[in-house]
Amino acid sequence: MALGIRTEGLRKVYTSAPPSATPGRGIVGTPFAWRTASARRQKVEIVALDSLTLEIAPGEIFGLLGPNGAGKSTTVGILTTRVRPTGGRAWIGEEEVWKRRVSVKRRIAVVPQRPNLDFALTAREILLFHGAYFGIPPAERQTRARALLERFQLTDRADQLVVGFSGGMMQRLSIARAMMHEPDVLFLDEPSSGLDPQTRLLLWEIVREYGARGRTIVLTTHNMEEADDLCGRVAIVDHGRVIALGDPEALKATIPGGHLIRLQLAPRSPELLEALSRTPGVTEVRPVGAAGADVYADRGGPLVPELLNRVLAAGAGVSDVHISEPSLENLFLHHTGRSLRE
Amino acid sequence: MSTFLALLSRDAHVARRNLVPLLLQILLQPMLLVFVFGRVLTTSGYMPLEYKSLLLPGIVALSMMLAGIQAVAMPVISEFQFTKEIEDRLLAPIEIEWVAVEKILAGMIQALIAGLVVVPAAWLIMGRGLALTLPHPFLFALLCCAVALLSSAIGLTLGCSIGQTQIGLMFSLVLAPMIFFGCTYYPWSALEKFPILQKAVLINPMVYSSEGLRSALVPQFPHLPFPAVAGGLLLFNALFVSLGIRQFRRKAVL
Ligand SMILES: Nc1ncnc2c1ncn2[C@@H]1O[C@H](COP(=O)(O)OP(=O)(O)O)[C@@H](O)[C@H]1O
Ligand SMILES: [Mg+2]
Repeated sequence: MALGIRTEGLRKVYTSAPPSATPGRGIVGTPFAWRTASARRQKVEIVALDSLTLEIAPGEIFGLLGPNGAGKSTTVGILTTRVRPTGGRAWIGEEEVWKRRVSVKRRIAVVPQRPNLDFALTAREILLFHGAYFGIPPAERQTRARALLERFQLTDRADQLVVGFSGGMMQRLSIARAMMHEPDVLFLDEPSSGLDPQTRLLLWEIVREYGARGRTIVLTTHNMEEADDLCGRVAIVDHGRVIALGDPEALKATIPGGHLIRLQLAPRSPELLEALSRTPGVTEVRPVGAAGADVYADRGGPLVPELLNRVLAAGAGVSDVHISEPSLENLFLHHTGRSLRE
Repeated sequence: MSTFLALLSRDAHVARRNLVPLLLQILLQPMLLVFVFGRVLTTSGYMPLEYKSLLLPGIVALSMMLAGIQAVAMPVISEFQFTKEIEDRLLAPIEIEWVAVEKILAGMIQALIAGLVVVPAAWLIMGRGLALTLPHPFLFALLCCAVALLSSAIGLTLGCSIGQTQIGLMFSLVLAPMIFFGCTYYPWSALEKFPILQKAVLINPMVYSSEGLRSALVPQFPHLPFPAVAGGLLLFNALFVSLGIRQFRRKAVL
């Protein structure tokens, strides 16, 4: 059965620094009594989610798109019971996630951003034990594990400890493990980061196929192409808030003009920007950086000669022109003034 | 329930795979102690022969304590590191507290096995002169379980409270004093000349473990009265089980 997902004003404030960023994880910064007074005084408060409200329909392939630190993993963490929300509520199907953790866990699976495979086990054992945790009978476990290992091209390494696996193999195994108990909702946190292009295509194919079986899939990414290709709808998240939501095509259509022509002007003057914005086909002009101008327009290349004419007529020059097609990347840039990749 | 058993069988499987290093780790140190104190020093006459019998319960308690603590603390520390290996189990359809309980149970079983192995091994190494009795086998079994539970609960508490870099500190700052002031090599009554110390060591859970086993195996020697042993073990078990589970939850849920 397909399950929908709903969140209402989700808020998460971390009160400790993220593990990897903790400076000098030595004696200080531990829950032990010798933690220095100064370390205790400077309380960190990181607002990872501000107020995140979402509704994901049953059977949808939904993308959470945003730059690093936007709060995507935190959202996934809350929806998978691993992170306790500071405020707000979330539901998977009819069940409120934080209140009904066990039955929620039974119906979901998550492929984490960084593989968290059980290093004490072999690939096959990882799948078998995972199946056992979910109460799948032994014979069925074996069959499913064999099929998944085959599907993810891991059969030849199936009985080796995963310690020596490459990043891509671990990632494939993580996904296989997540599918072991056939979850109704599958969360994939940046599934294709660090994958080679071939594996990425395999992954996309598998995700589509799983979605076609009526399962709900939530994937986070900062890869436009991926969101564009796979997702029925995407939410663009920044600073813990949804700043845009819709199907990729519709979203792209909301950017004024859609096409983005970035000019480097020498020199840039307000009059010149004014002149550019009056060009037929141009919907908006914004200054960027020291001498740049982002021209949003309904055409790309064909507009360039006309824009150049106007620049020259104003007695200025152009040192660089960059044209991009309508894309989620541009959409993000438009909403936040920042690139997704930074 | 089936999830809990599956978690337990995962730990059993991993322990079985590492059986030899695990046994060495559990056995080597106690056996060295047994050999030096229980054989060399007694045979050479620096220690009276009776010391063998006095020492053995302490060694058993020590082995169980070390085995239980290491069996839980080490994996917990590494599984919570940035590889987050434990997450698969945290996502299993079971309350997180049960995952902690499973860890305690698995450690307890390993501690019991350590105790079971150490008794005959020590017997063999010490040679003649060991005067063990077992007037109340059922009580002895109960005491062993209490000590095993205590060791793995302490292991969980420690494992969830410190990071990888502090394992060395854990041994030198926590375990060493616990062992040396734990009445492992001497009975509690031997501290009579040090009244303050004698009171102070009562906060050491190890004391009740060694003295308890001493009372069960070699009742001819002085030992803490049973109510004190039972009360101490009960209290520290309650304390560390709840503390361990709490620390585990705090570490597991962000
Ligand atoms: N375990 C944690 N403890 C403290 N801060 C965290 C933790 N995890 C994430 N954060 C912080 O929360 C913010 C959002 O992070 P995250 O949800 O991982 O974003 P994303 O997945 O979109 O990159 C970041 O500022 C990050 O540093
Ligand atoms: Mg992330």
